[in-house]
Amino acid sequence: MKNIEVRGLTHVYSRGTPFEKTAIDSLDLAIQAGMTVGLIGHTGSGKSTLISHLNALLKPTAGTVLLDGEDIFASKAAIRAARFRVGVVFQYPEYQLFEETVFADIAYGPKNLKLDKSEIDRRVRQAAAFVGLDEGYFDRSPLELSGGQKRRTAIAGVLAMEPELLVLDEPTAGLDPAGRADLLEKLFAWKRARNATVLLVTHDMTIAGLCDRLVVMEAGRIVLDGTPAEVFAQSGKLLSIGLDLPPAAHIARLLREKGLDVPAGIYTEDQLYEAVLALWQGKGGVPC
Amino acid sequence: MDPVIRVENVTYSYPDSDRPALDGVTLDVARGSFVAVLGSNGSGKSTFAKHLNAILLPAAGRVLVDELDTAKEDDLLAIRRRVGMVFQNPDNQIVANVVEDDVAFAPENMGVEPAEIRRRVDGALKQVGMYDFRLHAPHLLSGGQKQRVAIAGVLAMEPEVLVLDEPTAMLDPKGRREVVSTVEALCRDRGITVILITHHMDEAARADRVIVMDRGRVALDGTPAEVFPQADRLRALDLTVPETTDLILRLNAAGMALPTGALTVEACAAAIGEALA
Repeated sequence: MKNIEVRGLTHVYSRGTPFEKTAIDSLDLAIQAGMTVGLIGHTGSGKSTLISHLNALLKPTAGTVLLDGEDIFASKAAIRAARFRVGVVFQYPEYQLFEETVFADIAYGPKNLKLDKSEIDRRVRQAAAFVGLDEGYFDRSPLELSGGQKRRTAIAGVLAMEPELLVLDEPTAGLDPAGRADLLEKLFAWKRARNATVLLVTHDMTIAGLCDRLVVMEAGRIVLDGTPAEVFAQSGKLLSIGLDLPPAAHIARLLREKGLDVPAGIYTEDQLYEAVLALWQGKGGVPC
Repeated sequence: MDPVIRVENVTYSYPDSDRPALDGVTLDVARGSFVAVLGSNGSGKSTFAKHLNAILLPAAGRVLVDELDTAKEDDLLAIRRRVGMVFQNPDNQIVANVVEDDVAFAPENMGVEPAEIRRRVDGALKQVGMYDFRLHAPHLLSGGQKQRVAIAGVLAMEPEVLVLDEPTAMLDPKGRREVVSTVEALCRDRGITVILITHHMDEAARADRVIVMDRGRVALDGTPAEVFPQADRLRALDLTVPETTDLILRLNAAGMALPTGALTVEACAAAIGEALA
C-alpha cells in the first residue's frame, strides 16, 4: 500500500501576470508508508510548494495528491481529512505559537479534532514527552520560553494530532549542534514508536544521510531519487546544482579524483574510515 | 599585536538570572584579524558580541575599542561608527524599500555629505557583490542577498570592526557560502577586523583564530588547527568536531600519521592522498 502519492502535480504562481512562475512542474512522487524520506534542493527549487500541497494548503494548478488512493482535493471533507492525517511543521514554527499557555497551544489541534477532554489531555502529555518538554511548562506563556523550548512546543502541537505522515521543513534550523542532535533523536524515536511516515526537508547533508530515501529537487522537478548511497554517488550532479555533499562523500570524491580506489557510494565518516584504512593496509600499513 | 579591541575582565549578568552571562572575560582582538567565536546556546557568545559596540555595558571590567571605553557615553557614537553589527535575521535589519536607500541609511543619519554617501553606498554594494541589485526591492531578494545588503549597510559607515552574530543561521548552503566568502574577503582584502559568532564549524575553520566560550568564560582560544583537534574537550562543551578532524584523529589512532590541522575537505583529502601515494 502506498501512503501518499503525488501525481502529475504542477503549481504556477501568479498565473497570467508578469510574475508568473512555475514552482512545480508535472511532478510524480510516491512514498511508501513507514519510510523516512529526505527532500533536498536549494531555495527556490520547489520543496516548500510541494509540501504545502500534501495537506491541501495549496491547490494544484494541475495534477493531484492521493492519500491511500483517495484524492485529497475531491471534496471539502477530503481536504479536511487530509489536514488531520498529514501534519506539517513549517520552518521556524515557533513564530506560529499564539495561545496563552503552552498546554493550550499544544492542545489546539486535538481540540479541532473534537476529541474528548481526557483524550486531548493524554495527547498533549504524550506529545510533550516525545519532544522532551517538561510538564512544568504547561501553564507558562509560550512567549516566556527559550528558543529551543518554543520550537519543541510548536512541534508537539503537530505531533499531538497523531499524523500518519509528518512533514518537517528544516526542523533543526538555527539550533546549536547539541540541540540539533537532540531534536533529531526525539523525532526519529517518535517515528519508530508510531510507525509513521516522515518527509524531512533539509539542507544538512549529514541529516539527509540518516533517511531511508532521498529525493532531490531542482527547478520544480525531481532530478535524483534513491537511497542516500545511490544519491550521494552522483556527487558531480549534486555539486552542479549548487548542493553540498556530506563531508565524507566529498572527501571520497576528491580521493577518487586523485586516482585512489574509494567506492562511489560512501557518505558516512565510518565508511570512509574503513575504506581509507583498507587502502593503507594494502600499502603495507600496520594498524595498532 | 596591535589590538583594535581589548576586553578586560568583563562580567555581565542579565536581570533575573542566577549566573553571570559573562564571567571574567579577558582577551584582545588583533586589528585586521578574522576571529570566530563558538559555543553552545547560553555560553555567552551573543552577550560578548553585544559588548563590543556598547549595546550592553560591563557590570565589572571594561571594553576598549581603539582605546575608547564603551562605558563612556561621550565616546558612544565614535565606538558605534568603528564597530558595526550584523544579526541573524536579515528581515529585521532592512529598513528601506530600495537596496541602495537601505545602505545609505546609516551615513545619512551620520550627516555625511550627499556625494560622499553616493561613493560609500556604491563602494559598499560592490564589496558585497550586490551593486547590480542597487535598485531592487530588498524583500524580493534571497536570504543570502539580503544578508549581504545588511553587511553593505554596515560597511557604509566605514567601520574598523565587523561583528556578525550567527549571520548564516537562517540561510541555505548557497547563501551561507555567499555570506562567509564576502566576510572573508572584507578581512583579507580590505583589512577589516571580523568577529564571526557561529554554530558552523566549517565557517570557523576559515578564521585566523577560534575562541570557544562556555558558561560565560573563554574555554579554548587558538588557531583552528590548534582548537579543533581537541575533540574530547569540544564534545564536553556540547560542540561537534568537524568530520574532517574526527576522521584524521581516528585514522591516526589506528596507526596512520596524518596532520591534524587539515580542516577543510580539500586539505583532508590532500593529506590522505599523500599518505596513500
